[in-house]
Amino acid sequence: MIEFRQVTKRYDSDHTALRQVNFGLERGELAFLTGHSGAGKSTLLKLIMVMERPSAGEVVVGGQVLNRLPRRQIPYIRRHIGVVFQNHQLLFDRTVFDNVAMPLEVMGASPRDTGRRVRAALDKVGLLQKEKMNPMQLSGGEQQRVGIARAVVNKPPVLLADEPTGNLDPALSADIMNLFGQFSQVGVTVLIATHDIALINEMGRRTLKLDHGRLVAGGTSVIGGGVSGR
Amino acid sequence: MAADPRKKPQPARGANKARSPWREQAESYFTHHRKVAEDSARRLWRNPVASLMTWTVMGVALALPVALLLLLTSLQGVSAGWESSARVTAYIELTVPLERARVLSSDIASDGRVAGVELVDRDQALEEFRASSGLEDALDYLEDNPLPHTLLITPEEGARSTEGVEGLVRFIEGMEGVERVQVDLGWLQRLNAMTDLLARAVWALAILLAAAVVLVIGNTVRLSIESRRDEILVAKLVGGTDSFVRRPFLYTGAWFGLGGGIVALILLQLSLWWLSGPIERLAGLYRSDFSLDGLQFDGALALIIVAMLLGWLGAWVAVKRHLDDMEPGDIAGGG
Repeated sequence: MIEFRQVTKRYDSDHTALRQVNFGLERGELAFLTGHSGAGKSTLLKLIMVMERPSAGEVVVGGQVLNRLPRRQIPYIRRHIGVVFQNHQLLFDRTVFDNVAMPLEVMGASPRDTGRRVRAALDKVGLLQKEKMNPMQLSGGEQQRVGIARAVVNKPPVLLADEPTGNLDPALSADIMNLFGQFSQVGVTVLIATHDIALINEMGRRTLKLDHGRLVAGGTSVIGGGVSGR
Repeated sequence: MAADPRKKPQPARGANKARSPWREQAESYFTHHRKVAEDSARRLWRNPVASLMTWTVMGVALALPVALLLLLTSLQGVSAGWESSARVTAYIELTVPLERARVLSSDIASDGRVAGVELVDRDQALEEFRASSGLEDALDYLEDNPLPHTLLITPEEGARSTEGVEGLVRFIEGMEGVERVQVDLGWLQRLNAMTDLLARAVWALAILLAAAVVLVIGNTVRLSIESRRDEILVAKLVGGTDSFVRRPFLYTGAWFGLGGGIVALILLQLSLWWLSGPIERLAGLYRSDFSLDGLQFDGALALIIVAMLLGWLGAWVAVKRHLDDMEPGDIAGGG
């Protein structure tokens, strides 16, 4: 589903964020992305989101090589990738429902369809009763779950999360991770960037470890046709 | 995409509603447009003072050139009316006797370009002058009548163009015994030249003010873009196309245009009403049927459409400059 082939990202001559990164993630695979800060975790996620383009190598998502993707095609790729942020990026000028509905609105879904799918997503994260509230009235954990509902509302095949549990206590973090586990079980490829070593150990999943832009653990699996275990 | 294909299209309610996919697509597209349009309008209403100020600025900038154009059109109508009554006056040399003047008169009358000739002999002219000038006493002191015989020549319909009249004047000037030919058209040509010049000036002004309107709207929309930055970034992040992200701001621009156009119409009507009395009096003094006409329905409609287009254009400029290069990259943070 996601494949990096010899990907290098250089911002300028003396700052190289990623060096020849190779790895592949299968459909339905859940993996962690870890490393010290500045190791290149965010850069890697941005490459998948086509917020950045690689300096060398190829990024492939869903069989599509993103390097040569024309600019106006980018939105259509993003519709297939759900993203969860540490600071969740919710909009406080609208209700929880409207926040979650944004990816559907962008796609031009009908209001009827939107209602059904937003409620399904909110139900999934256990916030169905709070659809009419403003996200500001919610707790940190609830806000994060609204962010997750928004990321999965249009059933994307890929889900990325950048420090999704950064501000949450361990119990809430476990909840959130549980959710991610459930998504991977229905075939969503999940990649979670996190510092939280304890959480990673607890989950016992594949872990991609970055060190100064090099992938030092958990690399290459899809390349050459090999199928990674899960 | 969740439309149930087994059911016939019918105006049913709720989840049973089923239509062909393209119809559903089109419908949600229009629903979205309507929603965005309403939302943009509501946002303007929510800041009535700021919106009203923008509308007024736009209204003034639009009303000024339109008012001048209306004035110009009325002036051109007046000069067109006078052109048809153009007359050529030929003054005969003082030494030429009346009989010779009669011959000249009939010679000119036989020319194809001439519709009619009226001979005013010098005695008659003096009488008229005496009667109209109020200089009777002064005239009595003159020994001789200083006025010449005069021919008042009305050109044929086809010869009333500038060139036609000029040719006629040359012909009459070439005749023996004619001292001087005067064309009433002189001042009319000057008026025409002046209105032409004025027209250009007004159009130049209109273009400058239109540019100003575009910039004002552009700047206002830029502020609105800044204030909705988070929303734009999230929309781009979840796969909103450029046109999706632009749409609300383009509508905002068009609504600014609509408001500006309406304000311009109100200003025009008000100033017209305020000026109508004095203009009538002035026209009456000149015995002219001059009137300053306001905008008709189609003119008003055109003004509003142009205003909306200008607002839309201003929004487009702002959106091009500030929105397209806004990328959600900075949302993700470093690390």
